[in-house]
Amino acid sequence: MSAPEIRCEQGQRQVFCGLSGIVWLHRKIQDAFFLVVGSRTCAHLLQSAAGVMIFAEPRFATAILQERDLAGLADCNQELDRVAAEVLERRPDIKTLFLVGSCPSEVIKLDLGKAAERLSEVYRGRVRVLDYSASGLETAFTQGEDACLQALLPELPTRPAGERSLLIVGTLPDVVEDQFKRLFAELGIGPVEFLPPRHATDYPSVGSGTLMLLAQPFVGETARALQQRGATLLTAPYPFGIEGTRAWLKAATDAWGIAAEQLERVTAPAIARAQTGLARQRDILAGKRISFLPDSQLEIPMARFLQRECGMELVEVATPFLDRQLMEAELPLLPPDLHLTEGQDLDLQLDRLRAARPDLTVCGLGLANPLEAEGLRTKWSIELVFTPVHGFDQAADLAELFARPLVRGALLKV
Amino acid sequence: MQLTLWSYEGPPHVGALRIAASMTGVHLILHAPQGDTYADLLFTMIERRPSRPPVSYTSFQARDLGRDTAELFKTTVEATYERFKPELILIGESCTAELIQDQPGALAQGMGLPVPVLPLELPAYTRKENWGASETFYQMVRGLLKNRVPAPGTARELRAAGTRPTANLLGPTALGYRCRDDSLEVTRLLDSIGIGVNVVAPLGASPADLLRLPEADFNVCLYPEIADQACDWLRRSFGQPVVKTVPIGIGATHEFLHEAARAAGLELDTTPAPISSRMPWYSRSVDSTYLTGKRVFIFGDATHVVAAARMAADELGFTVVGLGTYAREFAREVREAAKRYGVEPLITDDYLEVEAKVAELHPELVLGTQMERHIAKRLGVPCAVISAPVHIQDFPSRYAPQMGFEGANVIFDTWVHPLMMGLEEHLVTMFREDFEFHDGATPSHLGSTAARSNPAPETPTAPMPATAAADAGGMVWAADAEQELKKIPFFVRGKAKRNTERFAEERGIQTITVETLYDAKAHFGR
Repeated sequence: MSAPEIRCEQGQRQVFCGLSGIVWLHRKIQDAFFLVVGSRTCAHLLQSAAGVMIFAEPRFATAILQERDLAGLADCNQELDRVAAEVLERRPDIKTLFLVGSCPSEVIKLDLGKAAERLSEVYRGRVRVLDYSASGLETAFTQGEDACLQALLPELPTRPAGERSLLIVGTLPDVVEDQFKRLFAELGIGPVEFLPPRHATDYPSVGSGTLMLLAQPFVGETARALQQRGATLLTAPYPFGIEGTRAWLKAATDAWGIAAEQLERVTAPAIARAQTGLARQRDILAGKRISFLPDSQLEIPMARFLQRECGMELVEVATPFLDRQLMEAELPLLPPDLHLTEGQDLDLQLDRLRAARPDLTVCGLGLANPLEAEGLRTKWSIELVFTPVHGFDQAADLAELFARPLVRGALLKV
Repeated sequence: MQLTLWSYEGPPHVGALRIAASMTGVHLILHAPQGDTYADLLFTMIERRPSRPPVSYTSFQARDLGRDTAELFKTTVEATYERFKPELILIGESCTAELIQDQPGALAQGMGLPVPVLPLELPAYTRKENWGASETFYQMVRGLLKNRVPAPGTARELRAAGTRPTANLLGPTALGYRCRDDSLEVTRLLDSIGIGVNVVAPLGASPADLLRLPEADFNVCLYPEIADQACDWLRRSFGQPVVKTVPIGIGATHEFLHEAARAAGLELDTTPAPISSRMPWYSRSVDSTYLTGKRVFIFGDATHVVAAARMAADELGFTVVGLGTYAREFAREVREAAKRYGVEPLITDDYLEVEAKVAELHPELVLGTQMERHIAKRLGVPCAVISAPVHIQDFPSRYAPQMGFEGANVIFDTWVHPLMMGLEEHLVTMFREDFEFHDGATPSHLGSTAARSNPAPETPTAPMPATAAADAGGMVWAADAEQELKKIPFFVRGKAKRNTERFAEERGIQTITVETLYDAKAHFGR
């Protein structure tokens, strides 16, 4: 099998920075608090994204740098201690405090690692203080989760050598996590643990017997750091659609030495259900042309699912960053003549899009309405991170996400 | 560092972006890291615009910092001009670019572009969004018109006899609170007294339109936070009077009309204008009687706060128990208003201070911004929005001005809606143990049958200054007094508790009894 050629582009980029990961991470890890150290811009980004919800209890905040901090008139570490104390006084129930680096804090080289160590000492036994950088200089959108998970790694206890376990890496909705737990239990695979955990206090353990399956294609740095701890990465496509989910599970059953018949037997009912559900959506999607603008690194597995299982035609697939190690099993499943782009030069990409006029464009919210106004149907990509889309029982839901704008376009008579 | 749970304003470059996005033929080039393009969503999602805002970002990344970010900036300027061919280019930096000091303004000016290039100084660590918008608008107006300012002492040209007087409406912007409909409502208001509108700016204006600003007889400063500086400069340079009354509320609208007439040299018809708002009658009709003396806390930008306080007190019969603003530049107006209502003004952009104040005052209604919704939810207080910052639900599809006579109609409905309705309020006070209608339940017209998820104000989850102080005095509530307190309707219970404790403290009473509770009630009145 030959993979498509990858073209790299540089220029204006229309993506979120990693700070936006906080918008879903604060729900996944309920006893954590995210304190961004940055500017008013960072605070504004977060509240523009999450502020439409009304929070009785805040789960994130920004320590906004002032002139005094930049001029060196205030000791940034003392300031940080004061702000952290303020946060913890207000939310005494917090178990983990993340200090999150931003562009301004990176540029002025504020050492949040040291600060986190120091504060961890101060609050020993009550709150664990961790740090990671989610600046736009270093991270795009979902890479913020990758950075956050890496910060959790030192917290993971070490599993004794020779003890086998399966570790699933990447945020999954609770309902999907439970489905996978049941499947692995039926297959006879265990113990199975998840990173991130639902509570920052119940960490999975990792050792030389740990096998890793990635639930998300954007956790590359975390996976490599876990390999440093002795874990083995199972190479598989991502669990989107029937094909992806089956291959993903098979990577685990092969590693566990479980017979193929056992896998077929356990997954048959779910696959049958998924095929029924998917058939309906396939009728709407088959033959339709789709383009992906870069956003979350989910583009390649999504494109693979839509092309192979829903019969869509891929016009251009662009991803903000292409991790070749993580895409090893995905790339050969794409059509070899695909226009595959890494990075972005926004205006040129929009020129290509307008020339091609696909039936559906997957893009961020900064572009969706303007493209709709030009008569192009769009699917806003952020929803793929905020919706249960993994596994057999969500395959039809995933296809429906892409079918919905087309159905709506046909429905509306005004 | 300042701990910020919620920020009332964005950074100043967002203000500059709002001006650029308000106008046609203007393009902003922003030196900013990857990710700062989130600001586009404010326009495409929150305001639901059908086009990209006219802004290009350099979107530099860490790998560019080792190279030449200045070169990257110049490439962006060239590509942007070639593609969009704007009539005017604004150059700005975001907070991160300010730290790396590439001097993009000077760079762009040295590139020999065939259109005006206006570099903006936007100090991101000391100033905020409204200041950025105001400064950008002022610099643009001044930059375009400074060569046309008549020599000092030149008399203003008189309007030709028989021509209709005109005004400029200055201040409406993209992402401004209800600017879209306010401009329309004020245009109709002025038309009703025979005044036309020359230019609305920045919203919908082009650089060529700004050149026509001096042709109007006077300027209407609709949003001082945005247009105050520009109006002031136009007054000094072209002798255009400024109408400063913001027509929010019935009284203010009438005053505005008189002021506009004076500025245009018109005699307002001596017959009283037919009242074209239903709001005064709604407020006088008997079902509104229960609104009398409802205790309201008001916070937002200065313009909307001052207007809301006047409406609340004079036109709805509420009692203003607290008011404040996050706009330090306009603190004076808010301080004056606070004096008028005999309350302590709160001038702060610190959300936590506002929260503490609301907790301390126990209002029955909060009129504020999107941020006060968080506070009101936590404290279980009804809340309505009167000012930016707002979110998507406050950019409605329907006609929803705040200004003028229709604005007053909109405001009446909006403010009264979150309050429990009269009959329900009476019955909840009389019969306290109903399985469906009880203290913990949301007002039934708001639909939800779920219990309030929040503790009632008198049992705050975090120590509140008021109760902490009371506990410090070693004061205790007798069990039966505590039971009696629960018989007071929840929306005034917090206030009653505080008054009783204050009453006891002043008299050195250690244990609060049922007697103390009623003594305090008699002492303070309602």
